[in-house]
Parts: sequence; C-alpha cells; structure tokens
Amino acid sequence: MDRNEEVRRVTLPLTKEMATSFRMGERVLLTGPMYTLRDAGHQRLVALLERGEESPFPLEGAVIFYVGPTPPLPGYAMGSAGPTTSYRMDPYAPALISRGLGGMIGKGRRSPEVINAMRRYGCVYFAATGGAGALLSHSIESSEVICWEDLGTEALRLIRVRDFPVTVAIDTDGSDLYEEGPAGWRVMHDVDADDIIAGK
Amino acid sequence: MIREFDVMRLTDSIERMCGENACDLPYDVEQAIASSLDLEDGEHASALLSELLENARVARRERIPLCQDTGMAVVFLDVGRDVHFSGDPYEAINEGIRRGYKKYFLRMSVVGDPLRRVNTGDNTPAITTIRIVPGDRVTVTLLAKGFGSENMSRLAMLRPADGLEGVEAFVLETVKLAGPNACPPLVVGVGIGGTFDHVALLAKRALARPIGERHPDPFYAYFEESLLEKINQLGIGPQGFGGRTTALSLAVNVAPTHIAGLPVACNLNCHATRHRQEVL
Repeated sequence: MDRNEEVRRVTLPLTKEMATSFRMGERVLLTGPMYTLRDAGHQRLVALLERGEESPFPLEGAVIFYVGPTPPLPGYAMGSAGPTTSYRMDPYAPALISRGLGGMIGKGRRSPEVINAMRRYGCVYFAATGGAGALLSHSIESSEVICWEDLGTEALRLIRVRDFPVTVAIDTDGSDLYEEGPAGWRVMHDVDADDIIAGK
Repeated sequence: MIREFDVMRLTDSIERMCGENACDLPYDVEQAIASSLDLEDGEHASALLSELLENARVARRERIPLCQDTGMAVVFLDVGRDVHFSGDPYEAINEGIRRGYKKYFLRMSVVGDPLRRVNTGDNTPAITTIRIVPGDRVTVTLLAKGFGSENMSRLAMLRPADGLEGVEAFVLETVKLAGPNACPPLVVGVGIGGTFDHVALLAKRALARPIGERHPDPFYAYFEESLLEKINQLGIGPQGFGGRTTALSLAVNVAPTHIAGLPVACNLNCHATRHRQEVL
C-alpha cells in the first residue's frame, strides 16, 4: 500500500468535529497556523495558566508542534524542523488539552494520562517523521517568535505551514499506532516479542 | 622523534566536521537505509524509509541539517604518544564546536548545568575522551549525539550467571522500551565488561564504528549478527509504526571485567547517526 495515496488535506485550527474525525494511521497534510513549543516553553505556559493568567495564544483548536528548530539559513523561513520526543511534554499536556487544545505533533508514545485527556476533551496526536527535519522545513512558510525569546530554540513561535505531512499516531478513541502497528507486524510474521527477549 | 602539533589544526578539523555531520548523512548509514527498503513489508515502513533518503538528499543539497537536534558533540581523540600539543587540546576542541555550530547554523542544545538549565549559547562543552596510542598521529572522531536516542539508552550490572542470554535480553528490552522514542531505525552500540563507567564508554565508541564492519573476534561478530536479527523480529519498525527495520546495525565492544560482574551498556542512536573521523 502506498501511504501517500490516501491523504487528507486539513486546514488549521481544528474544530472539535475535525479533531475527533481522525483515525489512527491516517495520513494528513496540514495547512494553516500552528505553534511551536517544547520542554522549557511548556513549563512556562502551564505555570502561567495555573496562576490564572491568559495563554499568549488562543488554545481553542490550536495545534502545538513539539520542535526546537535549527536557526534558519539566510533566505529561509525556518531551519531544520523535525519533531522532538513527546513523552517529555506528558506532564504538561493534560492542562492544555483540558483548555481546548486541538492537536499535538511530535513523535513517540504518550502516557495514559495524556491519552485519557485526549479522549475526554477531543484532542488528536499526530506524528511527524522524526529526523526528517530538512524535508519538513519545506512545508513551513513563515515563523515568528510570540514570546520567551530568551529560550532560544525553545521559544514559543507562530508558524504557518502548507501541506505539512503527519500521520495520526493516537486518535480521540485512544487507538495507538505505536501499539497496533508493531503488534500487527508481529501477528503477520507469527512472532512474540516476549519470547524473543526471553531467548525462546 | 617528538612531533609538535599546533592545536589550531584540531579546531579547524572539528569546525569542518560539525558542518559535514549535520548535513551529510554518512554513506554507510544511507546505504544501510537504502538496502533495508527491499526487505520491508510494514504498512508505513517503506514510505518512511524513502522519506529518510529524500531528507538526506535535501539536507546535502541545501545544507539544511538532517535533524533539528544537531546534537551534543562527543569527541574521541586518539593521540600518538610521540605527539606534543602546543596548547590545550580540550579548549581547541571546544573552539571548533563553537565555530562550527555558529558557521553552519546548527542548534545550540547544551545547558551549562543539569538542574539550573541555562543554555551555554555555543553548544560547548564537548564530551571529550583522550586516549594515548602508538605513533605520532592524532585521530579525531566526532559524534553529533542526539538526545532522543540518548535518553532511551540503559546500563545494567548483570550477574556473571546471566551470561550471553542475559546480555541479549537486556539489549532487546532496551530496544523494546525505547520503541518509537529513539527514532528507529536505530544504530545500537553495546558495551560488555569493564567497570560501571567504562562499559558506557565501550557502548558509545561502538556507535562510531562504520556500519557493516563486524567485531574482529568471530565469536562477537556472530553475536552482533544474531542479536541484530532478533532486534529486527520485534516488529517496531521505522518510527515505531511497525515493520522489520527496527535497527540498521549493531556493534559490540568488550573489555576485561571483575570475577563478580557482568556490566552491560546499550547506547542507542537514531537513523541520523552522524559520525566523522579525520587523521591529523
């Protein structure tokens, strides 16, 4: 199966209907505004929300891309910009999801707490291809720092993307490609991971 | 004969390799990805591997880093015993990192203190290990080590009774626990023996070995091949979406150890395994 054949084009920000309509494994091309934020920025954003202050950007339907880009080359909008590993944002994600966050883009597994919040409030988790930062930078048309410039690569940025390629890693039903993808392959090949580890 | 060595040459070499590492996927890694394409049958796997090859072409052509995590610099310096440095080699290496990361628009990913966490702003310091070897040459190896995979690495002090099976189980568990997080397909470095500190270094050095080069001892060469095959039965696949290509390569380094111990370290690297070496 060619994974590029079945691709769905979506405009950001996401409505709740849109966020809950995605299915695990689906290929999606995103166009519109999204926000970049990773470890240090999440810590600041959640601290600020917990103090009762306003988010520096509208959270409702927003998509956050977990990335710390390289500096742009002269004449480019963005440097290399692939996803960072998402689990480090797990302690902060539920607080954002409960306030209306529409989607997250990263790579790797999420905690049960995050998946529960995604199901409850209707937030989708997309994976972008880790380590394909040069290629992904081509889909980013502009980038501006909103705040926390002192964090350098970890600052909060508003970026505009066109046909930014992602895969639905975990949908709002909680179906998880990181569980079901490898499990499906093992069934197809009749292998048991625990047996392999146990040396059987 | 003592050879006088101007440490500025180290700075120049490191500066140059910073740029090459970030934008030029090493030939051995690219070949390993390309050849794994034929064996893939995961639903997303072949397309993902093709994307990685396309990413490598874009990076090489446009000089955009392969990955936004341009890494913490790990430097191995093998210094001939007949070499005399004019100047401080550690500082010369850091100066090369400082210049290279700025010149090639790489990401500054180092904090000066692990708990206070303020970015040093120039990606220094490098993690430098110096070894004295015969001769009058200086061999510089630079790894740009990304932390997605570094974070998923593990170390254990096994019992001698755990033996070869115990070591294999530990490596397989490490890869399974890492799952998608370390950006598979992986390059796996395994250290066995030595002490608590030394075993980690053995594993790290294994990541610098060119893909396809086997351990010189046939016992360990077989161990490498058979363990790689087992890893590729776990089904994790490219990006952890399912598939055969969970690892591109596995290299083992071993060292003498204590009668009471069997240290093992498993250092993971992502598919953007960036390593360069120059002999000066």
